[in-house]
Amino acid sequence: MTEKVLTSGDISEIEKAYQHFPLRSAACIEGLKIIQKNHRWVSDDAVKELAELLEMSPAAIDSIATYYSLIFRKPVGRHVIMVCDSVSCWIMGYEGILNHLKNRLNIGYGETTQEDRFTLLSICCLGTCDHAPAIMINNDLHRDLTPDKLDAILETYK
Amino acid sequence: MYPINDNIEKPLTQHIKNDGSWLTLKEYESTGGYQALKKALQMKPAEIIQVVLDSGLKGRGGAGFPTGKKWSTIDISENASSIKYLVANADEMEPGSFKDRFLLEGNPHQLIEGIIIGAYAIQASFSYIFLRWAYHLAGKALTQSIQEAYDAGYLGKNIGGSGFNLDMSLHISVGRYMCGEETALLNALEGKRSNPRAKPPYPSNSGLFGKPTIVNNVETLSNVPHIIMKGANWFMNLSKTGEGGTKLYGASGKVKSPGLWELPLGISLRELLEDYAGGMADGYRFKGVLPGGGSTDFLVEEHLDVAMDYASVAKAGSRLGTGTIIVLDDKTCPVGMVHNLERFFAQESCGWCTPCREGLPWTAKILYALETGAGKTEDLNILEFHTHYMAPGNTFCALAPGAMEPLQSALKYFKADFEMHIHQHKCPWNS
Ligand SMILES: Cc1cc2nc3c(=O)[nH]c(=O)nc-3n(C[C@H](O)[C@H](O)[C@H](O)COP(=O)(O)O)c2cc1C
Ligand code: SF4
Ligand code: FES
Repeated sequence: MTEKVLTSGDISEIEKAYQHFPLRSAACIEGLKIIQKNHRWVSDDAVKELAELLEMSPAAIDSIATYYSLIFRKPVGRHVIMVCDSVSCWIMGYEGILNHLKNRLNIGYGETTQEDRFTLLSICCLGTCDHAPAIMINNDLHRDLTPDKLDAILETYK
Repeated sequence: MYPINDNIEKPLTQHIKNDGSWLTLKEYESTGGYQALKKALQMKPAEIIQVVLDSGLKGRGGAGFPTGKKWSTIDISENASSIKYLVANADEMEPGSFKDRFLLEGNPHQLIEGIIIGAYAIQASFSYIFLRWAYHLAGKALTQSIQEAYDAGYLGKNIGGSGFNLDMSLHISVGRYMCGEETALLNALEGKRSNPRAKPPYPSNSGLFGKPTIVNNVETLSNVPHIIMKGANWFMNLSKTGEGGTKLYGASGKVKSPGLWELPLGISLRELLEDYAGGMADGYRFKGVLPGGGSTDFLVEEHLDVAMDYASVAKAGSRLGTGTIIVLDDKTCPVGMVHNLERFFAQESCGWCTPCREGLPWTAKILYALETGAGKTEDLNILEFHTHYMAPGNTFCALAPGAMEPLQSALKYFKADFEMHIHQHKCPWNS
């Protein structure tokens, strides 16, 4: 028997989540979030195991997992950089920030640096357009960015 | 937040601190917080709905539907469903909008109190706050504040000895602009993809898990305690026009002081731009503006004296939307700006209906071709065609018609700029 991805800790968290709902399948998004929180991303095996737990088909789970932009179906690094590419950040020059990041880290969108340090992604308007351009790294918001500021910020994520 | 000491009454934001911390329960109570709830629990639900109707409050989520009218579509008679839901829409993902964030991070209890009063008015027993993932600080503020409200007896069983019970839960979403559309939001809350639902039945009949449900925007609900406390007339008189209240207005783009301000509903676009945003940044000239987020029509110079209320902006050919203006300057390419928007909408289309799923990527592709010098004369007709193809009524939800608003108005006001891209085989702003 192959080893399971979901730990007993994951399973009890997911079980707790579906007790709030009239249907188990309603906890699908919660389940995916729990898996991602504990494992950084959601693997094929994790999808299958979640499907069993929620009495759904793996395909049904995957259709939801791949729909939501913040559920990661591929491995990501320890730090995920999300660059706002929406309209106000575009006007204020987010492309300069993006190019700087790509050059510094030597990766493009969807890619991860060596030793799994950073993954680069885009994200929709971060709701801080009066401080554009803006990015998030993990749960942290960084605003009013310039390339110089960015370098100092990156150093704080080891 | 305020560069100007303007003596304007600012019920929503006057107590918000500027050190980045939110008002705790104690602090909120010391500003009169939860007094409105106590007052509301002495009133009949129908009386509350009437006050909200009389206040003229219109939904601040973008569509501007009268809140009291929405609430009155819920059956609160004896034989109504015993399970009902009230959902606060804190998904805020409209490009260029940043107003709900400020209320969530600064005064979470004001929203919670608004939800409790709203839930009492429609006799809901469960409430959700639907929050986008990116708003982490708001998530922290709400988690702590909901707990405080439970501990103080403002949530839970027999609130304030009134016999009214209400639970509240925070749902943190995982991306997708479509989650903000109210029926799609309900699907997301049920753990599904955020495709919209056919209407009718309206959520007020059959919403979350098939039960009667009301969805309201954060700013809408945050107004409710003040309306209950100070009355419909007071609220109506806050505004400069026949639509009640203040409004959170914002400005982004190449203006001197981008920011967010609570102002009487109906101040003019010019006042907002010049007095509050400080005018254009040095070296930039005004070219146009999206008055209420990415899915509204451009307004231009001739519209600067338009009052920023729902009716006046509509009359000028656009929508007040979220009230956060995005300013286009003379050094920014209008075609590039519209390309950025259409690419966003194409990416966020939920794929449920054909005109939107196929039409938006096509539109984005043409705009990209124009930007990179590969545009052809007939492209303008194809773009024009799409603005009709995705007009209201042709798609399942308002995402696609919303997406067409900046495009159709750009074709109207900036046609010469589109043509220049074709004739010069390049973007004139990108030499
Ligand atoms: C694609 C799309 C996205 C939306 N996003 C939001 C949102 O993030 N927040 C919001 O309050 N309303 C949003 N709306 C409007 C909601 O459908 C709904 O009208 C609103 O939440 C109702 O609240 P109100 O009556 O208080 O304005 C969106 C609508 C569409 C079509
Ligand atoms: S208009 Fe677009 S977003 Fe709305 S239902 Fe159709 S495909 Fe989905
Ligand atoms: S457009 Fe980037 S934060 Fe709004």
